[in-house]
Amino acid sequence: MVSTSSVGGVAPVGLRATGATRRRLLVQRLVRALFGMAAALTVGITVLIVVSLVLPAIQFFQEVSLGEFFGSTTWAPLFKPARFGVWPIVAGTVWVMVISLLVSIPFGLGVAVYLSEYANRRVRAIIKPILEILAGIPTVVLGFFALFFVTPELVARFWPVGNVSTFSGLSAGIVVGVMIIPTVASLAEDAMTSVPRGLREGGYALGATRREVATSIVFPAALSGIVAAIVLAGSRAIGETTIVLIAAGSKPSLTWNPAEQMQSMASFIGFAGIGDQSTGSTGYLTIFAVGLFLFAITLVLNVISIRAVRRFRQVYE
Amino acid sequence: MRRFVKSGMVMAALVVTVTACGGEGSVTTEGPSDLSGTIVVDGSSTVTPLMTIAAEDFQIANPGVRVTVSTSGTGGGFEKFCNGETDISMASRPIKEEEAANCDAAGIVPVEFIVANDALSVIVNVENDWATCLTVEQLATMWSPESEGVVSNWNQIDPSFPDQALALFGAGSDSGTFDYFTEEINGDTGVIRTDYNPSEDDNVTIVGVEGDAGAAGFLGLSYVLENQDRLKALEIDGGNGCVAPSAESVIAGDYTPLGRPLFVYFKEEALAREEVAAFAQYYADNQATITEEALFIPLSDEQLTAQQAELDAILAG
Repeated sequence: MVSTSSVGGVAPVGLRATGATRRRLLVQRLVRALFGMAAALTVGITVLIVVSLVLPAIQFFQEVSLGEFFGSTTWAPLFKPARFGVWPIVAGTVWVMVISLLVSIPFGLGVAVYLSEYANRRVRAIIKPILEILAGIPTVVLGFFALFFVTPELVARFWPVGNVSTFSGLSAGIVVGVMIIPTVASLAEDAMTSVPRGLREGGYALGATRREVATSIVFPAALSGIVAAIVLAGSRAIGETTIVLIAAGSKPSLTWNPAEQMQSMASFIGFAGIGDQSTGSTGYLTIFAVGLFLFAITLVLNVISIRAVRRFRQVYE
Repeated sequence: MRRFVKSGMVMAALVVTVTACGGEGSVTTEGPSDLSGTIVVDGSSTVTPLMTIAAEDFQIANPGVRVTVSTSGTGGGFEKFCNGETDISMASRPIKEEEAANCDAAGIVPVEFIVANDALSVIVNVENDWATCLTVEQLATMWSPESEGVVSNWNQIDPSFPDQALALFGAGSDSGTFDYFTEEINGDTGVIRTDYNPSEDDNVTIVGVEGDAGAAGFLGLSYVLENQDRLKALEIDGGNGCVAPSAESVIAGDYTPLGRPLFVYFKEEALAREEVAAFAQYYADNQATITEEALFIPLSDEQLTAQQAELDAILAG
């Protein structure tokens, strides 16, 4: 029996590999190839998705000028005569994102700070599972919650401006915000708990109160993770389809009043996709053009987030 | 590792055995009929409630036959019909020339039957106590393209109406109800203001109108009769005084211009199949009960004789 010390699957120099070692080497190579394929597959799928969006979008822009798409302010692509000014649905998307961030950032960060700095084990054991449950509620259920509870009981009752109809972008935004609170909370909490205890203890040693440690030491130290959490939440809010489709209506409006009915880019794609545009028609191609635009916006957000994370990152020694 | 592989193979063998045993064809039927097969029905949302009831009743009598009813809108239904994807297409308007040409090109022969009559109704919220009867001209003011962005209040429809914001809901552009309404009220198919909340699903229109005191919408009479406590249907003055939508007023021809026949189109080669012919005959025999159960307006006597004669000719020839 040849003594082997094969670290990392490499046969020791100067010794011939036995059958057992050869098998282990083969398995090692096979496993490496499998994991490599999984990584290549994700890259390949992403490329395929982009290509499948770009090709019909190019066809779309041969029929509808870029000037009309970005210049006009009426979005009515499924009617005759069709109008293709994209800004109303961009406005809807922006409203939903802004409102959902306004709801989820304070609550999410508040929960995160509480869990990481103040809560004892018993409280954590209660709150964390409840957050999981909130994260697990299907979006279609949340959509109907927005439509049948949030709009009539909250928005219609308390919104001071204008007439609040059955469908409202404000309630869709609020419920999307509620949906992403667990995301913000758990990512921010991870960022905060990974701040070294030494930093906190240094603060306490200098006589800081718990609040001062939380806001002046832990929060800035965890800032890059918190920014990443917020941007991730924003990307989810931009792409959220079901809640907006059910609760915000299907009437695109370029408006300053968020409580009006509106349509976001994602909910337009859902609405038109469920409908009956014949394959190859302009209405069908519109779906891909809007999808590509949405993808581009999300891409820009991701780039900004990576830059922000890098800038704010604190390296602990 | 070896242990896992072994139990994995046992599990796989079990799964394959169970799947092979529980396959199709193991349903025992005790009914009098031994017909079997699948019938695919798709099309108008107005006709869907009627066909759903007919399908349910037919499946009780013929448990071996599966009848699936989907709602893609009249236009969407015809597209799938002419693609060969469906056996029966429901329509709330007659087949258009382009659609007939598409079917012809694909070698599909549509056979038209009138299944019921409908009163296309204009609905408002139950709290709307100022509008009881609208003329066709007033409806045109409410819905025409020139009113887009201009007419947004009930007192613009009639100065005696109160200052209440107008919120419009209705069928989308692929719906036969949409085609019929726009043709009768605005003069041509597809001509309509685009700033309303469109949906192929009439239930969305109902939810929309129910939630806003200033809302108005249009849909088929069966939805009105099904939801009488949730909505109010207006009387329409087509030039001969105000007429309320009902079975009697439509059959008598008084409810103009919004009284209309509802159609189904069978694929001629589908009628050669036993189960499809049986379904057609079943409907013809039980037309009165089915339309009553579904709250639709039954065929007049002349329509009934004509349809039966047509069906007999097809099934014989």
